[in-house]
Amino acid sequence: MSRDISTHLSETLSKRIMLLDGAMGTMIQRHKLEEEDFRGAHFEMHPHLLKGNNDLLSITRPDVIEGIHSAYFEVGSDFATTNSFNGTRIAQADYQMEAHVRDINFYAAQCARRAADEWTQKTPEQPRFVIGALGPTNRTASISPDVEDPGKRLVSFDDLRLAYKEACNGLLDGGADLLMIETIFDTLNAKAALFAANEVADERERIVPIMVSGTITDASGRTLSGQTVEAFWVSMMHGQLFSIGLNCAMGAKDMLPYIKRLDKVSTRLVSAHPNAGLPNEFGEYDQTPEQMVAELEPFVAGGHVNILGGCCGTTPDHIAALRQLADRFVPRKLNSEEQAA
Amino acid sequence: MSKTIPDMILSGLEPLILNASTGFVNVGERANVTGSRKFARLIGEGNYEEAVEISRLQVEDGAQIIDINMDDAMLDGVAAMRRYLNLLSAEPSIARVPFMIDSSKFEIIEAGLQCVQGKAIVNSISLKEGEKEFIAHAKTILRYGAAVVVMAFDEKGQADTYQRRIDICKRSYDKLVSLGFPPQDIVFDPNIFPIATGIPDHDNYAVDFFKATKWIKNNLPGARVSGGVSNVSFSFRGNNVVREAMHSVFLYHAVNSGMDMGIVNAGMLTVYDDIPKDLLERVEDVVLNRREDAAERLIEFAEQVKDQEADAKESDKLKWREGDLQGRITHALVKGITEFIEQDAEEARQQTDKTIEVIEGPLMVGMNVVGDLFGAGKMFLPQVVKSARVMKKAVAYLLPYIEEEKKASGEEAQNNGTIIMATVKGDVHDIGKNIVGVVLACNNFEVVDLGVMVPPEKILDEAQAANADIIGLSGLITPSLDEMVTVAQLMRERDMDVPLLIGGATTSKVHTAVKIEPEYSGAVVHVLDASKTVPVATALTGDGRTSFIRNVRNEYVKVREDNAKRRGKKAITALGFARKNAVKLKTEDYSPVKPAQLGVQVLGNYPLAEIFERFDWTPFFKSWELAGKYPNILEDEVVGEEATKLFHDAQVLLNKIVDQEHFECAAVFGLFPANGIGSDSTEIYVDESRCEVQATLHHLRQQTERPVSNPYRSLADFVAPKNSRIKDYMGAFAVSCFGAESMAKAFEANHDDYNAIMTKALADRFAEAFAELLHEKIRKHYWGYAATEDLSNEALIKEAYQGIRPAPGYPACPEHTEKGTLWKLLDVERNIGSCLTENFAMAPAASVSGWYFAHPEARYFGLGKIGKDQLEDYAKRKGMSLEEAERWLRPNLA
Repeated sequence: MSRDISTHLSETLSKRIMLLDGAMGTMIQRHKLEEEDFRGAHFEMHPHLLKGNNDLLSITRPDVIEGIHSAYFEVGSDFATTNSFNGTRIAQADYQMEAHVRDINFYAAQCARRAADEWTQKTPEQPRFVIGALGPTNRTASISPDVEDPGKRLVSFDDLRLAYKEACNGLLDGGADLLMIETIFDTLNAKAALFAANEVADERERIVPIMVSGTITDASGRTLSGQTVEAFWVSMMHGQLFSIGLNCAMGAKDMLPYIKRLDKVSTRLVSAHPNAGLPNEFGEYDQTPEQMVAELEPFVAGGHVNILGGCCGTTPDHIAALRQLADRFVPRKLNSEEQAA
Repeated sequence: MSKTIPDMILSGLEPLILNASTGFVNVGERANVTGSRKFARLIGEGNYEEAVEISRLQVEDGAQIIDINMDDAMLDGVAAMRRYLNLLSAEPSIARVPFMIDSSKFEIIEAGLQCVQGKAIVNSISLKEGEKEFIAHAKTILRYGAAVVVMAFDEKGQADTYQRRIDICKRSYDKLVSLGFPPQDIVFDPNIFPIATGIPDHDNYAVDFFKATKWIKNNLPGARVSGGVSNVSFSFRGNNVVREAMHSVFLYHAVNSGMDMGIVNAGMLTVYDDIPKDLLERVEDVVLNRREDAAERLIEFAEQVKDQEADAKESDKLKWREGDLQGRITHALVKGITEFIEQDAEEARQQTDKTIEVIEGPLMVGMNVVGDLFGAGKMFLPQVVKSARVMKKAVAYLLPYIEEEKKASGEEAQNNGTIIMATVKGDVHDIGKNIVGVVLACNNFEVVDLGVMVPPEKILDEAQAANADIIGLSGLITPSLDEMVTVAQLMRERDMDVPLLIGGATTSKVHTAVKIEPEYSGAVVHVLDASKTVPVATALTGDGRTSFIRNVRNEYVKVREDNAKRRGKKAITALGFARKNAVKLKTEDYSPVKPAQLGVQVLGNYPLAEIFERFDWTPFFKSWELAGKYPNILEDEVVGEEATKLFHDAQVLLNKIVDQEHFECAAVFGLFPANGIGSDSTEIYVDESRCEVQATLHHLRQQTERPVSNPYRSLADFVAPKNSRIKDYMGAFAVSCFGAESMAKAFEANHDDYNAIMTKALADRFAEAFAELLHEKIRKHYWGYAATEDLSNEALIKEAYQGIRPAPGYPACPEHTEKGTLWKLLDVERNIGSCLTENFAMAPAASVSGWYFAHPEARYFGLGKIGKDQLEDYAKRKGMSLEEAERWLRPNLA
């Protein structure tokens, strides 16, 4: 099955730009869920407040999550990204939910799987796929938390590797077709995730296409841990990547120069899923689909990307607009290996 | 060759591409405990700070890769490798280059690979221990994504002839490529051995190396050649002039043969063309093995040049030290150099009257440059962290003088105030906060820094414990904005009046004014950056405090007004629309069950033992701030012991309460015919004729914009409307646990606060358990709509049953005055004796009240924000003035 997926994806991607989905968090916010929604019957007695732990909703409100996936499929997304951004025991420790990490990932994949299967049946000419999302965790393996002791680390490579393995297993058991290590602000964290994903794929003796997507958070044009986009690509290129790209952070306009640079060096597919602009003073995103399309047009007109989507603040309206945009242009041509520099 | 092999690319913070146009790549060799005595001493002493400087010097000297080796029997190599690499990672000017992780122990190599974010090179693996181990190591390296140096070494030993060199390299190469190792990531080290040792067998070592290099480059596509260059001059230790010349000459020929990179002391290399003719000739004779007496002739010559040390280079790197004081301080801050900062701070101190002016003057000027560069994208975060460290070091040096001056001027021990600072829950960013902390401390504030990801309760506990004058919150990510609101709310709940400072990248004056300030009655001030914090903190703790706060308040009112004008209220749908999209209950296959007995009933002095069986202990532990689920909490590693003790004490007290009947639990409830009458109100009728209305409940409806498929909920939706002709019912209840107040008072009189709190906590449990028990009895008997229900206690606690019992004042029906209707409907005060305060709080505190809804689709929800239209409608329905309605609904007003 997975070989079929790889083949199918490669074929499709040589013909057209494929579309990720948009924001999960933004859509969840619309539901104005309360503590009891997050708890459901499953976690009624959990000692820690759970509101805001969106990943739990795949278990307690699968209707909401599946509905969001479907809404994106409806407007033309090829992929659903699972609701598992914080689905590692490291990130879940904040909520004392470490014991439920496997379920969080499994049910996240299940929600997306159901929606994908439903839409594949509806539109057999456009099969839909599930990307298991692996977030960056809230710890960084390269940066010290203590200004006095730059050698200190709150998390080790092995902590991360094991946590990501657990997440990968849950996602694949739940039916994810691909994995995406996303919103990478520290490449070392991502390397641990990549290590884990490849280990899991080997253990399962299957091909799992792995996507990676970094984030550039400030005006220096580097990742939070200080790497240029080129160095980021070089540091990840060993992992049999399906694609490499950028997401989140500053919005499409500010992402463009870095996507161009990535386009130049990457021998793999290139993806971009920026935020709907920059958040306003309230942390809300105001960019309209039309504005976002205008900012993203140079990405596709210049042939810089193969896969397009939206991050924070994007909605089915945005993705619908991106679908139209993407269909007007041809996908990026792959660099041959020797050009990789 | 069937296909072109890509270039080798490595990376630190930046990529390093090795191809024909790159030229020879220098690998810095000094961070090696086996090769550098100084480095070994520093690591041995644990002086990592200075050891890091060794790497910095190499990069400044032009090393493009840094080799790191911790192979010393006296060292914990794994720990040392980790620590050193972590420290280097914090130095952007060093970490920009790739690292070469050098060890003969693979566990040290693996530890190193786990610490580098870039693509490193492993140095080295070989066939020394056989193919099996070679393959295993290669596979691991492949998975970590590093390149590899392979030593020309096999089961028989190190290759020392041309033939052995190329045989081993070929065998290694074929193995690696068959494993899928990218050929461009393979580097061979065909062994550079000392020459001119006096042993004739050694004379051709360099020549063999050159030949082997040429062969590798011609026959093993993609592979590169490296080597430890200083080995070649080993026999001339102590004579740097000769050694430097030998290195240059060796490299010159090795590079011509195709050597790509080498481990060299970049500081110990002369320019080939600068080598004096006579020395060059003798060195080349040795390296190229041109004459039999080459070694003797060089040794002879070496004696003459011995002490001409070339030490002019040092001064270049320190040129910036010749600038003016401000220039030096700024340079040190921007470059993150701690070495001279104390010296410069001292110089600055001597030029000012008051030491504090050094911080406010030259140091802040330098930090502003850092801030500007960062803002312009010319510095990045790790560099800014380094700058902060330099700043801290300078401040630490100056502090004793500042203290001293204060003592002298009589201001002794009187600091300006205590400030609690924290990065809020869920956020790890603290650079800005740390800088603010430093600056505040410099300005004579006592700063208590709680670190990152600090839960709101902890911030406030610490603030109260320290009797803080100001609380400062910081955050960088957007969810932190909400966390800050939570802290403000909690401060209000705790009746605090400590001023609250808000800072951090995503914070803004608008957000502070609109979302945070209204939540808290104390002063709330947004501070843009570190430089603005001091004047604000000073104003908040000084004499002008009141007028400062008033000015800020007025300013924020204005900000809110402007903002409201600008934003409108797009997120709230019209009430009419919300009502049209109410929950549509399935009425066709649902016929309400008529309660077994209609009207009001009282359960007085209910058996405590029966209630006690229904205790849900988890919230009890939570009220003591012990997190964990009962009964697992008793076994918990962290809190288990404390929880068990607490549980035991609770049992003792509980037995006493039950045996001696210290508490009395009573309930009143009523079940009534009821129907909706539109406009979100529900009528409760005196009897089944449904003619006479006994009470009208006024519910509220969700109004914040929701996705198309989601209804706008109201409790009104859970009772069938009058015009449906369905005879529906609903209920109301109030339970109380009496006796806790007096019992607690008695404990307090004996200064036994512990048991006083315990008493109240247990009373709460009784009230909650009684409400739960009563709800079950309602479902199964009194109303009987779920007569066959059979659920375990656990399922009951999880509320896995049909119907809900929402309480006025809670999310689904947040308006408290509805409790007044309930009290009247059930005549609660006369029936069981509990009453309502003027703010509609229940007395005794251990009370629970609410409505009963039986429909299977009835569920809990949160009302959220409502619009002005609903506020007006509600005031009208309730017969309240608009102002009064506004007061009760303020938290829900959009």
